Amino acid sequence: MKTKGKPVWGLLGPYTLWAAVFIVVPLIFVAYYAFTDNSFSFTFDNLLRFFNDRSQVGDTEVRTYMLIFWRSLKLAVISTVICFVLGYPLAYIMSRASDRNQKIMMTLIMIPMWMNFLIRTYAWMTILQDTGLLNGFLTRIGLEKIHIIGTEGAVVIGMVYDYLPYMVLPIYSVMAKLDVRLIEAARDLGCNNFGVLRRVIFPLSMPGVLSGINMVLIPSVSTFYISQKLGNGKFFLIGDAIEGQYVANNLHFAAAMAFILMIILIAMMALIKKFTNDMAYGGEEV
Amino acid sequence: MKKIIELKNISKSFDGEKVLDNISLDIYDNEFLTLLGPSGCGKTTTLRIIGGFEQPDEGDVLFMGERINDVPAHKRNVNTVFQRYALFPHLDVYENVAFSLRERKVAKDEVDRQVTEMLSLVMLSNFAHRKVTSLSGGQQQRVAIARALIARPKVLLLDEPLGALDLKLRKDMQQELKKIQKATGITFIFVTHDQEEALTMSDTVVVMSDGRIQQIGTPTDVYNEPQNAFVADFIGESNIVDGIMLEDFKVKFSGHTFECVDKGFERGEAVDVVVRPEDVDIVREEDGMLRGVVTSVTFMGVHYEIIVDIGGFKWMIQTTDFVDVDEHIGLSIEPDAIQIMKKSEYSGMFGDYSTYSDEAEELSEIELGELEEFESAGVDDED
Amino acid sequence: MKTASRIFTALVFIFLFAPIAILIVFSFNDAKSLSVFSGFSFRWYSELIHDDATLESVRNTLILAVSATVISTVMGTAAAVGINRLRSKWIKSAINTVTDIPMTNPDIITGISLMLMFVFFGRMFGRSDSLSFTTMLLSHVTFCLPYVILQVLPKLRQMDPSLPEAAQDLGCTPTRAFFKVTIPEIMPGVITGAIMAFTMSLDDFVISYFTSGAGFQTLPVRIYNMTKKTVTPKMYALATIIFFVILTMLLISNFSDEDASEKRKIKRNNRKAAKK
Repeated sequence: MKTKGKPVWGLLGPYTLWAAVFIVVPLIFVAYYAFTDNSFSFTFDNLLRFFNDRSQVGDTEVRTYMLIFWRSLKLAVISTVICFVLGYPLAYIMSRASDRNQKIMMTLIMIPMWMNFLIRTYAWMTILQDTGLLNGFLTRIGLEKIHIIGTEGAVVIGMVYDYLPYMVLPIYSVMAKLDVRLIEAARDLGCNNFGVLRRVIFPLSMPGVLSGINMVLIPSVSTFYISQKLGNGKFFLIGDAIEGQYVANNLHFAAAMAFILMIILIAMMALIKKFTNDMAYGGEEV
Repeated sequence: MKKIIELKNISKSFDGEKVLDNISLDIYDNEFLTLLGPSGCGKTTTLRIIGGFEQPDEGDVLFMGERINDVPAHKRNVNTVFQRYALFPHLDVYENVAFSLRERKVAKDEVDRQVTEMLSLVMLSNFAHRKVTSLSGGQQQRVAIARALIARPKVLLLDEPLGALDLKLRKDMQQELKKIQKATGITFIFVTHDQEEALTMSDTVVVMSDGRIQQIGTPTDVYNEPQNAFVADFIGESNIVDGIMLEDFKVKFSGHTFECVDKGFERGEAVDVVVRPEDVDIVREEDGMLRGVVTSVTFMGVHYEIIVDIGGFKWMIQTTDFVDVDEHIGLSIEPDAIQIMKKSEYSGMFGDYSTYSDEAEELSEIELGELEEFESAGVDDED
Repeated sequence: MKTASRIFTALVFIFLFAPIAILIVFSFNDAKSLSVFSGFSFRWYSELIHDDATLESVRNTLILAVSATVISTVMGTAAAVGINRLRSKWIKSAINTVTDIPMTNPDIITGISLMLMFVFFGRMFGRSDSLSFTTMLLSHVTFCLPYVILQVLPKLRQMDPSLPEAAQDLGCTPTRAFFKVTIPEIMPGVITGAIMAFTMSLDDFVISYFTSGAGFQTLPVRIYNMTKKTVTPKMYALATIIFFVILTMLLISNFSDEDASEKRKIKRNNRKAAKK
């Protein structure tokens, strides 16, 4: 029970004002710029341009920004899936390890996270370059050089590398808090290891999976640095497109793309949330 | 005796829901007073109003004759032992107890002297520098009491302080609290939902329900002369039947006219009649004022608890004589075992044991639920 | 099973650390090559410490991170206490929703949105150089605030609400009770929140990129500009230094935890012994 005399707005007021001015108002500005032209009169052109701009790729004509958008989405989803495939087992292994090992592995996971992602990405560039370490290594052991820099594969490697810790940590923190008695209860009721994992741990770790997916998918979709370094600039992602328009001082079109990206991400997150909720609570057949 | 706290026509609502409805209560110096009632009856809110943690919507709180409605908690000469102790986890036992002295900038030697004295009063002298989180429930309880007492309050408020302890410890602490109260001469206002606790410890019991005071009296008063069906039912076991007051000292119920010791009712007034299970004597069927069939017998250790069907109304009787199920018996009731009460809003709600076993189950479920609440609360605290 | 999971774990960690190891090794390379190690030298380190622009960007980053951390920790802690006291469910969920936005929105959108607002108001007041230290600080505080709030709120919820009341009961004014009892209780959350705010601010590139002006560069923005042009192992030297700074900080924080609990134990035992 709270006393009505306790001050609330004296404490919350500054933040509320701040959040309104620096969180809500800027988003309104995105919409405002998206729907106006350079003289700030209302227009749909920026949005239409996103859907309609065309260009030649080889012999075929494509919708430039739609293509870019789909490519971003595709690479982000692939990276997220790989992060999940690598990250989930790792989180599980970590959560079952001894306290000491858990602590060590946590530290190891966090070190790359704390390093600047530009530098991490840059390191991969030097590894994957045609004259880089990987190819140096391959030639030394007598294999063919491979051309990987500038491909979608290189971009995916960069994304997985940069964002894997963000998949592992939330899943691990949910698993580490799991009540051991639940696992014992499941064993008691006849589950083997795999059964425990499938019927108890997996559904209960869903909140961690959800935030892991969010934390990998969102930055992957919107990145621009990784694609610039590892995609050799060729693989324009939606982030590159937005950044490019910003650099070109084409703010209204940049805003329009940001606006569209935001709407689509909100829809996607809602879908993913629903999906993982179903896995967590409706996953078991009755 | 001197009045120390007076509550005058206090009302209080939370979110439109009335929790206290026109409460008036005088509390005297040196008294051990218990606010007794089921959860949600308003007893804790009453305590919080005295402590200064809630302001009444209407009515006045007087402390030694002075209105203290607007005096904040930290300026009241009243201290509280909180429900889950509310010990400061970042301080050790010693610093918890010394808290109010430090606040008053008492000299170091004096703090040391008083804390040592207080810790020995609650028998925790060897625990001065332990972390409070490492203590057992009973020990934490003592620290909470010491911490409140060291501020030398005129009145100590205790909010279900024994609720989280197991039965044995609870009994010990009841004795100890009583002893401390006697030794210090401080007025204790004690909140509990446990009627047995209230009866054993208090000088005065205030029975509350639905935001209103149902009865104020000594433990024997509220037990022997409950004023309405709620009090009769809440305190101890009672058979409550409808009766008609024929004239002074004569009441008719269950088809028989009984002599009683009550008077002052209208002729022919409908009343509630209370008969305690232990006040009913079993006699041969033909000698009984009432006759019935035994429907169940439960061995309780000291006595048997039997349920007797008398014309469709089930009575509970506690007896040391063994009777068998289906046996026909007669019942005899002495005049002073009959308590007559005016009809109230609670009439007809209590006192029939026909659904006794269900009721017992319900009760135990509630108790279990409360226990779990305490347990999970305890776990949270540790986190 | 055991071996399989060990091998798997090892491979993942090799994947995570191989690039970092390569960075460190090649930061000591004498030549400019990033694939052939031709000799050990500190050449790139000495070039780095003579690179004034980079050093200044390090200083800028620290100034910005410290300022953003102080502001967001104070404001965020106050906000969390306020949110915890709110009785209206509706207002509470409205505030929580807004607080979530900077964390769920991609950085690029947060950056663009703030930039658009700054540029718009800059133009309104006839200034072309509207992006500056101030705009960066405002932006950093904005994205740090939710992390502080999210660390402090659970601590407040876990706290027994009777604790500050008990302090008042024992003679503290409500304000004093807040500082003497509530603050120590929620301190772990406040510290974690501050550390998170600090590291988020240090590490941020995207939002800084969009809200920084020409006059004020942070280290990540500087790195971005450096890697845009030619590749030099100077970057590797910088990365190596950052790596060892982080490593030391993590080790210190881990060890100081154990140290502190160890010391407490010893202290307690001493006291016990003294009593006997």
